[in-house]
Amino acid sequence: MSFEVGSALSIGAILFTVIIVAAMLIWVERRLLGLWQERLGPNRVGPFGLLQVVADMIKIFTKEDWVPPFADKFSFILAPPIIMVVILLSFSVIPFAPGVGVIDSDIGVLFVLAMASLGAYSVMLGGLSSNNKYALLGSLRAAAQMVSYEVFMGISLLGVVALAGSFNLREIVLSQSDGWFIIPQFVGFVIFLIAGIAESHRLPFDIPEAEQEIVAGYHTEYSGMKFGMFFVGEYLGVVLVSSLMVVLFFGGWLGPAFLPPIVWFVLKASFFIAFFVLLRAAIPRPRYDQLMNYGWLFLLPLSLLNLVLTGAYILWQEGL
Amino acid sequence: MEVADTVLDVDPISANLVDELNLRFDEEIVGILAYCDGIPVLWLQRDGLKAVLHYLRSSASVHFEMLFDITAIDERARVNSLGQPTSDFTVTYHLMSFSSHCDIRLKVALSLNDLNIPSITDLWPNANWYERECWDMFGISFLGHPNLTRIMLPPTWQGHPLRKDHPARATEMEPYSLSQERQDHEQEALRFKPEQWGMTRESKNSEFMFLNLGPNHPSVHGVFRIALQLDGEILVDAVPDIGYHHRGAEKMAERQTWHTYIPYTDRIDYLGGVMNNLPYVMAVEKMAGIKVPERVKVIRVMLCEMFRIASHLLFYGTFAQDVGQLSPVFYMFVDRERVFNIIESICGARMHPGWFRIGGVAQDLPKGWDKAIRELLDFMPARLQDYDSMVMNNGILKRRTQGVGAYTTKDALDWGVTGAGLRATGFEYDLRKARPYSGYDNFEFEVPIAANGDSYDRCAVRVEEIRQSLRIIRQCVDNMPEGPYKASHAATTPPLKEKSKLDIETLINHFLSVSWGPVIAANEVTMTIEATKGLNSYYLVNDGNTGSYRTRIRTPSFAHLQMIPEISRGFMVPDLIAIIASIDFVMADVDR
Repeated sequence: MSFEVGSALSIGAILFTVIIVAAMLIWVERRLLGLWQERLGPNRVGPFGLLQVVADMIKIFTKEDWVPPFADKFSFILAPPIIMVVILLSFSVIPFAPGVGVIDSDIGVLFVLAMASLGAYSVMLGGLSSNNKYALLGSLRAAAQMVSYEVFMGISLLGVVALAGSFNLREIVLSQSDGWFIIPQFVGFVIFLIAGIAESHRLPFDIPEAEQEIVAGYHTEYSGMKFGMFFVGEYLGVVLVSSLMVVLFFGGWLGPAFLPPIVWFVLKASFFIAFFVLLRAAIPRPRYDQLMNYGWLFLLPLSLLNLVLTGAYILWQEGL
Repeated sequence: MEVADTVLDVDPISANLVDELNLRFDEEIVGILAYCDGIPVLWLQRDGLKAVLHYLRSSASVHFEMLFDITAIDERARVNSLGQPTSDFTVTYHLMSFSSHCDIRLKVALSLNDLNIPSITDLWPNANWYERECWDMFGISFLGHPNLTRIMLPPTWQGHPLRKDHPARATEMEPYSLSQERQDHEQEALRFKPEQWGMTRESKNSEFMFLNLGPNHPSVHGVFRIALQLDGEILVDAVPDIGYHHRGAEKMAERQTWHTYIPYTDRIDYLGGVMNNLPYVMAVEKMAGIKVPERVKVIRVMLCEMFRIASHLLFYGTFAQDVGQLSPVFYMFVDRERVFNIIESICGARMHPGWFRIGGVAQDLPKGWDKAIRELLDFMPARLQDYDSMVMNNGILKRRTQGVGAYTTKDALDWGVTGAGLRATGFEYDLRKARPYSGYDNFEFEVPIAANGDSYDRCAVRVEEIRQSLRIIRQCVDNMPEGPYKASHAATTPPLKEKSKLDIETLINHFLSVSWGPVIAANEVTMTIEATKGLNSYYLVNDGNTGSYRTRIRTPSFAHLQMIPEISRGFMVPDLIAIIASIDFVMADVDR
């Protein structure tokens, strides 16, 4: 059995790694937060508390799988797997390294955006079906936030697509061999970063689940493995957005030859994952309408301007 | 009314005011008294109450801006009347003048078979909750009150607990049993009916959502419930519901001796620690005529300021956290831990040391007490600087809190808001400066104020207060006087023991003092301090016994919560959270 794009081994290895990484992120995040917040974080279970994840998993798998009697049972159960599945599917187009990936799709960027749109259903259905007022507020916020930020997320990527001349993520990486897109597309990167945080509803944009305001938002009524899927889904989202940033703006696996390409990819992605955690530690949460205004009144014009200028630049280049 | 034969022992301003009132309201005033705290006490005819209050609020030579407190006393078990008119229940109004730095107490005698009095909610809006509390605790009806319902106790409660004939302990009552019928009755009483909260179910354009924020909610800092009437996420109305933390602290005081009540006071504002002891012990000392040594005063000030810092740090951290900033609270808890380590090294306990004593403090300062304090004083300024750049200068936090929940100085005074909430409106009033107690006049410090009275400013004022408290503590450390840590007085509890081993009289005195506690001659006193959250006052009615006849604890948080609907209408749910966070309340302080 060969290890190439699309092989069963490759698919299995990627699926396994991605889920393990997402689960381990729970520990990484708590330790990093501990480090930045003058405390320790989980350090009791196993060396450096590494087995905390195992303990958490045992707990979450053995917890009573409770469906509230007042909830709409079908969509209540349907909601959590959606987020897991769509994000895992998104990973299928990510080129981790030469020869490492699930599919080599010519519509990779579009596929990721489509999957991200589907992810909004998970949060909306979860909140609505819970039949809980806090969950309802959470899913209302989630619907507004995720739907709007998808717009800017998509537009912010178009600059990269235009420069690379392809929707294929692997080709986008290869076209960065002369220089990472972060330099010509810095504005696009910033917009993508902000939209990415909003899409994965992480603090400071965890408005759909803002603990201080609406308890736990859309997943207030969830427990056990259903909650676990939302939880791991969130970390999968972080890994996905970090991977996308690496692929689109930071040259993917490209790097000096003293390290293998996959290591470069992992290093770069880890940097952004840690950055996500740092954001959580550092920044307060804007109000939901402030986030909306910021998106529509600032990010949308900016991303359009970015696209126009990129297009003009390309035309000017071709004209020469 | 003839002016009392004895000259009133009050300050000149109050004396002039009393003369003025006596001339004008000859009919309405039935008696004028003054006790050891020098506050004139006017006994009024029930029918004349509102006229006198109206005059005092608007046109008297001394302008009383704030209705500080309304409470009642069940006089039926009194032995020493102290020359007051006969009364079964007395309703007491405490007014406070911020411009003339004086107080006045108005009392109305009521008889058991005619327990009603006009409501004054039209004069002072904050009378609302105080009158409800009097109804709840004593069963006194306030005629014309818009919503005279129970406030502390559940709606199904039988009886009025602060009446002398209401049992104080479970052992005085039938064993509790919950029959199915009773359970159904209790649960039905909990059903939320918007109409009872003064809310409509729908408007012309939309159907409202009612959201029950609390009693358990991550941001209500304890057990506090707010019923929200929402149009989308916009607050149409927010009605606070308190009483979930009520422990009957005032009732307990009637069973405890002067000395044994001290630890209970710690738990009123449970973040204020020994600062709660201060107004209580000072009130008792005033009645007993104890003058405490200078060293005691400075030790007390130092510990109080320590607790002010600890309380403000907790406020600061949770304020940032409620706006969604997760890290500051951890840093501030680390700092608070340093403060508590010092408090523990001096008092032996951290949050509730109960360390002040009538006539002094429990022990002298330990050897080398100042070392850790100096380290803290050197350490904190840089940290506070960090917090400024992390929290106060953060753009998102500013956008979340500036202009949110703002009120003017007049609103604040009308609603009984004191402390940082009042100073944030630009009104420079700190009791430590205005009417210094416990030797605060010997310290150099400033009273920080802000301008807009919004959530951000309330936080900014407290942040600056931390710096001023550090300044006061440094002065305490540098200038700690030598001397005894307890007054040499018969009522000091427990008395200094050295001499008790020398003669039998002091031994007997010591024995009685630690077993029964001192008997203090009948009197009445109010003692107010600038506590962590605003003005905290103890009003003790003493019938000449080993304990208090009636203890009234006026807490700042109670008044502040009452204002929530006023300042949060039209904002969104996240703004309400910012407003709640900026008020800095403790439910134990509200419910007592």
